[in-house]
Amino acid sequence: MARTIIPFGPQHPVFPEPLQLKLVLEDEIVKEVVPTLGFVHRGLERLVEIRDFHQMIQICERVCGICSIIHAQCYCQGIEELMDVEVPDRARFLRVIWGEISRIQSHLLWLGLFADAFGFESLFMQCWKIRERIMDINEATCGNRVIVSVNVIGGVRRDLDPDMTRWILSQLDLVEKEVRQLENVLLHDYTVKKRTVGKGVLTKDQALELGAVGPVLRGCGVAQDMRQLGYAAYSELSFEPITAGDGDAYSRNRVRFLETYQAVELVREAISKLPPGEINVKVKGKPKGEVVSRVEQPRGEVIYYIKGNGSKNLDRLRIRTPTFANIPPLLIMLPGMELADVPVITLSIDPCISCTER
Amino acid sequence: MFSMTPNVLRNLFTKSATRLYPKETRKTFERTRGEFFNEIKDCIFCRICARKCPSQCITVDTKGATWQYDPFACVYCGVCVENCPEKCLRQEQDYRKPSTGKELVFMKGEIKKKKKKTEDEQS
Amino acid sequence: MKEKVISVTPETVVSQTLDMKRKGYRLVTLTCVELDADTLDILYHFDKDLDLTHLRLTAPKNEAAPSISSVYFAAFLVENEIQDQFGIRFEGLALDYDRTLYLEEEVRDAPCCRIVASEEEKSKGE
Repeated sequence: MARTIIPFGPQHPVFPEPLQLKLVLEDEIVKEVVPTLGFVHRGLERLVEIRDFHQMIQICERVCGICSIIHAQCYCQGIEELMDVEVPDRARFLRVIWGEISRIQSHLLWLGLFADAFGFESLFMQCWKIRERIMDINEATCGNRVIVSVNVIGGVRRDLDPDMTRWILSQLDLVEKEVRQLENVLLHDYTVKKRTVGKGVLTKDQALELGAVGPVLRGCGVAQDMRQLGYAAYSELSFEPITAGDGDAYSRNRVRFLETYQAVELVREAISKLPPGEINVKVKGKPKGEVVSRVEQPRGEVIYYIKGNGSKNLDRLRIRTPTFANIPPLLIMLPGMELADVPVITLSIDPCISCTER
Repeated sequence: MFSMTPNVLRNLFTKSATRLYPKETRKTFERTRGEFFNEIKDCIFCRICARKCPSQCITVDTKGATWQYDPFACVYCGVCVENCPEKCLRQEQDYRKPSTGKELVFMKGEIKKKKKKTEDEQS
Repeated sequence: MKEKVISVTPETVVSQTLDMKRKGYRLVTLTCVELDADTLDILYHFDKDLDLTHLRLTAPKNEAAPSISSVYFAAFLVENEIQDQFGIRFEGLALDYDRTLYLEEEVRDAPCCRIVASEEEKSKGE
């Protein structure tokens, strides 16, 4: 009957990164939630004072390990807009290819962790086994498995030859086949549905008012995806955002699962339309002015604000990552749920706390 | 109800996904960014690599002709390899082996006498 | 920036954000930039159907700025972060961490303010 306060985190087997939620419980039902952040704050935004704007690419990649290539892409796009640099066509398509491969890898990682959150460990291992193929593609084409470091200001650093594109397509066929074998379990299994349907419900009005982004917003039925802006080569590819209706943890699971198939199709289309040409242009000069650049990460919309003052060090770099925007919806989703549902709901927003706190 | 059973049966009768490391090591790919080396006899000590490095792990002294590198601060990004004018920096395919203590790589070379060479070539 | 930027003052910022909410805009984030030793620039970014609009508030560092968390609840987290990093206080915060979100309780100065206050330098010089 009395209220108890339970600290959930910062170390918890279900979280990939430390986040503390103080849950106020009454008889196993959550009444209030207070989050505490700051366990992995590294102060990366202040490094603009000592590293010049070319070296900042490597620092922006290391904000997050899972979505690192898209952070670098957003930063490079912002600086290119500020300095009026025209990126060659081949480089734009190559950025799409590597961005979508990184999206497949991130969603497979999340599907595994989500299965682990409700105890389905063999499904977790199966998802991560498929993910190894994508890491091999990363290593064979760019040189590194996780932090691939292939974007530069003015284009990309590595090229793909026809043997390599054929090998990538064959590996992606295997990935798609293996993910299809898991579709029956992840979307239609009785235990998965019992743990996720109706949990952590967010209505469409609440999601728009609280500023939810990414699959959390698309799981409520709002078809908004930053790839509709048409940056890189997305305006030349056929792309429609995927939505699911109900706003609970199952809908978010479904959105991310279907986005994996969509990413494989986008890579196939981009490889078939890859134009010949150079992969980067020489960049001279220093950035001056303010610019805002937005890109769609696997977790949602990331926004970069870059201000340059004409010297080789930038004046200000501000990064707002999607998990930062998804934490207020989490505080509204949790009250009314039982304690055993808290790990599943927290993982359904895809928390990447090292991104949140940079 | 039994939707995971086909996956489980498939896993029972195929070979395991793990390998017996360190008896069996994984072969790296051709473009892998591995261990970092400098051919000191070709280096002209121009300091471009030290200026471009994002983690500032290279220290070059042009007058004394020394080149110093911290392999534990390096992030193996490859920016210096691409910008070197003499192409004396390279990255091998295999990763650096683990070591028991921190060490610094220190190399001393010779200052090249460039002006005399061009006079010889002209005459 | 190629999007629309509207300048606001501390008196008008809450009514302008209420206006944006009525028109259906979603709050994206707040950005704080240090201009010189005494003023900060706070930018409010709003989005509707993939179009961005910005509000610019130039605020002095030692006065409290009004909080918009009564209009948009999601702003409480980023306003707490700006309080910690830049030292400016917001009044009317929905959930106030009192500068302990990232910092410890005994920290008094603002970590992200690089330009030291002009009066201190003048008195040190004399």
